[in-house]
Amino acid sequence: MDPEKIKQALERLPYAKTLGVRPIFMGGETSLVLPFSQENIGNPILPALHGGALGGFLEMTAMMRVLMETDTFKVPKTIGINIDFLRRGKPIDTFARAELFKKGNRVANVRVRAWQDDFEAPIAAMHGHFLMAAKGES
Amino acid sequence: MEQATLEKLWEMGPIFTEQTPHAKKLGLKFISVAKGRSTIALPFNAKLIGNPESRVIHGGAVTTLLDQASGLAAIAGFDTPRMVATLNLSIDYMRAAKPGETILAQAHCYKATKHIAFVRCIAHDGDPDDPVATSQATFMVTVPQADNQAHNKDKTHKKNTNRPDANRTNPNEKTK
Repeated sequence: MDPEKIKQALERLPYAKTLGVRPIFMGGETSLVLPFSQENIGNPILPALHGGALGGFLEMTAMMRVLMETDTFKVPKTIGINIDFLRRGKPIDTFARAELFKKGNRVANVRVRAWQDDFEAPIAAMHGHFLMAAKGES
Repeated sequence: MEQATLEKLWEMGPIFTEQTPHAKKLGLKFISVAKGRSTIALPFNAKLIGNPESRVIHGGAVTTLLDQASGLAAIAGFDTPRMVATLNLSIDYMRAAKPGETILAQAHCYKATKHIAFVRCIAHDGDPDDPVATSQATFMVTVPQADNQAHNKDKTHKKNTNRPDANRTNPNEKTK
């Protein structure tokens, strides 16, 4: 994945700024990080991150992965996503990495894992279908 | 549902919706609650744009709206309100939300068992027959803190440090 493109794409998205999402590039792998912020809390008593903030973060990770497959900055459209919440989102940084399972002409299938302090203990997983921008359509 | 329970729901609905830090950040507004039902609104906010060209709100903000509305319907789906956690949230996006329009989420908890609530939700910007998105979610009743700790003792989560990618568990972690 082209680190510079992801960086630029995220900078263009107000919602990415609202969540505080940043990219991380290491050893040829690209992950996104959702730095801990009090504003992303959904249950202050536990405390736990908001499922919606986590879901939005996962969706954005998937969209960035799909965006890498197109030659434009036109963000892919979400067709449908399915999020499994596996563990409480602790008040620390969260990471997410996407895998492109299938790329068709217009539709891409993506799976995303989100974790915090243990890669093997994901806090959430998502899979979804995205409509890619057609060639020449920008 | 008893009158007192309903009154309690109307009391906690706005707090649950508008005082939850992330819901507050997005500007969610409580509209109504009834037995197994809730309506929550997301007024348009330029900070939530997910497509700079069309100025359409990002799906993630709609996810939060659907999760919040479904969660409130789940809480209100039990005979006595129970606190819940989302297990699964599945969303279909029918069309882009109209820029500038408020999005309404109407959730219905159609079944609540002892531990699980099943909720359907529809998000639209005025006409429920022309939805922006629909969702299906399951919620789990959260175990009281004391029981939860006892339960956790049974779990032995072993870390396998021998696996080849053990050092990439957390890109930010300095020592392993």
